[in-house]
Amino acid sequence: MAASNGVGAAHSVDLSAVSSVADMIKMTVTRYRPGDDPVPVTESFFIPYHDDWVVLDALQYIKDYVDGSLSFRWSCHMGVCGSCGMIVNGTPKLTCAAFLRDYYPHEVVVQPLTNFPVVRDLVVDIEDFIHKLEEVKPYIIRDDLAAAPVGLGNEYRQLPEQVEDYKQFSMCINCMLCYSACPVYGMEPTFLGPAAIALGHRYNMDSRDQGRNVRMPLLGSSEGVWECTFVGECSVVCPKNVDPAAAIQRTKLATTNDMMKSILMPWSKR
Amino acid sequence: MEVVRHDVIIIGGGLAGLRAAIAVAEEGLSVGLVSKVYPMRSHTVSAEGGAAAVVRTDTGDSHQLHFLDTVKGSDFIADQDVAEYFVGEAPNELIRMEHWGCPWSREPDGSVAVRAFGGMSVNRTMFAADKSGFHMLHAIFQHTLRYEHIVRYDENFVTKLLVEDGECRGAVAIDLRSGVFRAFTAKAVILATGGCGRVWAFTTNAFINTGDGLGLAYREGSALSDMEFPQYHPTGLPGTGILITEAARGEGGYLLNSKGERFLSDPTYGISSRMELGPRDMISRAEIMEFEAGRGVKGRYGDTVQLDLRHLGEAKINQKLPFVRELAENYIGIDPVHAPIPVRPVVHYMMGGVRCNVDGETSIPGLYAAGECAQEGLNGGNRLGSNSLTECLVFGSRTGKVAARRVAESRDLPTTALEKQADDEEQRVQNQFYSNNGGTERVGLMRADLQFAMERNVGVFRTREGLLEAAEDIRKLQERFKNVKLDDSSKVFNTELTAAMELQNMLDVAETVVAPAILREESRGSQARRDFPERDDERFLAHSLVYRTPDGPRVEWQAPVLTTVELDAIPVGKRTY
Repeated sequence: MAASNGVGAAHSVDLSAVSSVADMIKMTVTRYRPGDDPVPVTESFFIPYHDDWVVLDALQYIKDYVDGSLSFRWSCHMGVCGSCGMIVNGTPKLTCAAFLRDYYPHEVVVQPLTNFPVVRDLVVDIEDFIHKLEEVKPYIIRDDLAAAPVGLGNEYRQLPEQVEDYKQFSMCINCMLCYSACPVYGMEPTFLGPAAIALGHRYNMDSRDQGRNVRMPLLGSSEGVWECTFVGECSVVCPKNVDPAAAIQRTKLATTNDMMKSILMPWSKR
Repeated sequence: MEVVRHDVIIIGGGLAGLRAAIAVAEEGLSVGLVSKVYPMRSHTVSAEGGAAAVVRTDTGDSHQLHFLDTVKGSDFIADQDVAEYFVGEAPNELIRMEHWGCPWSREPDGSVAVRAFGGMSVNRTMFAADKSGFHMLHAIFQHTLRYEHIVRYDENFVTKLLVEDGECRGAVAIDLRSGVFRAFTAKAVILATGGCGRVWAFTTNAFINTGDGLGLAYREGSALSDMEFPQYHPTGLPGTGILITEAARGEGGYLLNSKGERFLSDPTYGISSRMELGPRDMISRAEIMEFEAGRGVKGRYGDTVQLDLRHLGEAKINQKLPFVRELAENYIGIDPVHAPIPVRPVVHYMMGGVRCNVDGETSIPGLYAAGECAQEGLNGGNRLGSNSLTECLVFGSRTGKVAARRVAESRDLPTTALEKQADDEEQRVQNQFYSNNGGTERVGLMRADLQFAMERNVGVFRTREGLLEAAEDIRKLQERFKNVKLDDSSKVFNTELTAAMELQNMLDVAETVVAPAILREESRGSQARRDFPERDDERFLAHSLVYRTPDGPRVEWQAPVLTTVELDAIPVGKRTY
């Protein structure tokens, strides 16, 4: 257990002020060590309870003071890097934003994100998403990009309301909670998925971009928006209010409009 | 061992590393981008307030003014030729980021907006609400996906640089997923590993900011410079150290003591004309002095001052500072629309780094540094808020170009010796961390002991006695580290192994902070010595250089460059605002 000088490095200033620990909380975490564990198992730890600790602090406490072999990803501890998504008591959460006080005195059960292969303990394999991210071409596409002059006064003009057109969809932190919550992605791994579609939509909606026609064949394909059955769980779990479900619906609409235009006006340019 | 060959290896996938990668790829060369995390997890993501450059002139701005502010902010030990280059390139790089899709906040006419920042004479900080670093990082990362010459090795932890015949020609890394070691060979290696805030207990920095690149370079004989200058940001949340951006003050927020006074008006603090928009080092000192005078607001985690945004109103807070509101509500349960936010000084940024020139060249041929891990001469004793994101772009870009030139000019060399070194390195890690060596020391405990040792004695105000105690604490920890014992003996995603190697880097970094802090018997920039309260230009108008020796760190001093090419050089003078 903990030495007297520390109750976890995560919360750090003048720990003596908060070191009187009256209560404990039960943390049950998934363990999976390839080679040692044939299947994932669970392990429970009783650790000091602090009302201002998040689940990630509790995991860090276990790692630092109880069992150094517990593996998980973490970085910013402020809800913006997207590393620490896990399933907490059945719901996909950023563990740096899930407070113990919201579960205490009940146990906290931490599992790796569902719908992804487990690499080790609470670490999942997100390479499939990284590949899909690349596929939607998430960058400004326009012919004059390389030659555009830079420096004072040379920005592309974009009105505040034009920023608003895509801003919400640019807030995605790639935390994977939406893929974990998405029943379609769970069944059909070819599905591009909420975050990748939202990102494609983000660039389609950016007034500086001219790449919509390059992106739409994939976004509008069977692996794209049409795979989605509009369950909407992605938007429910999103910690940044990106609303990927809305991005998917709007892309569906755009695809339909494109199709209708091509039927009604086959000779016109879109 | 598998050998991976690229023209250039870049270690670190934050803003500086990605910008350098693009610069190399634009030359048609191949880049191996090795990072211990996926690039979008890099700490650039946490930067909030914005990035400075002269992108408007209707504010009265000019290169000369940005240059003056930067040099004065550094407490006059910036290299002025480097600062001159920086302000000239800054607008190009930030507008390029605009072309690459960064969702900058805009004026009603569609031009890019700028806001006020500490130590900046006019509004010149471009911003994307208060998630500027997040948006810049995602935009540039996504932009890199179009370059097939950039090959990423995500979640690969570099354990050693490969230096042969005095030249850096690669690195050894462990692939976290498999535990397999690989040798990366190249004609140039760029360090872009960011800062080391985790050496302290109370920091805004992510868990990943453990000074890995600093340790790698230091162990190969490269000098770390100006390491006695960590930046204390005046507005961290008590407990977690989460950053509340300086933009909160840029948009008009007040700092209040327990009497409700805007205490920065006190002329003894030297910033009465700028108040909340003074530079960070001076505001952090003023806060501590308020605490010591009994005018702090007591809280669960000690004294705080209050950051009051209420007069800005809900609409402005939501538009300009939505993340501040989200963080304050989530982490301390305070809505800044209705109540002031308790804040206190917190370790935020490292002015020092691997000593290099304006081209990013270190003392080891073939080894370059850019971004926060570099000390190219821009920041001196105190960096101005919003200069660091720009620094990553300006020097990432230039260093990438220079490294590409080196590739074009060098011949191919056999890699046999490098492979041998890499095999030896794998064996070292095996022996030190996997073998049952009878060790007893836990990584987590040693890390906490280091962090609190630094917190105790290497804070805003320092004394010789305290610093000597810190040096001794570090030395003892280095001894204890030889007895390290890991619980985890597996190969796959062994994050206790990486934590141990990170701690090794942190211990190396810590000694390079304390050694020059002891010898710099003056107060300058972010180093305030109680026993030497005045600046001493006679003795210390200088960068520190720290070299590793078997007997501990050796400190040398190097005069800053005080000359320029076109702009008017800034004479060394009194620093008040």
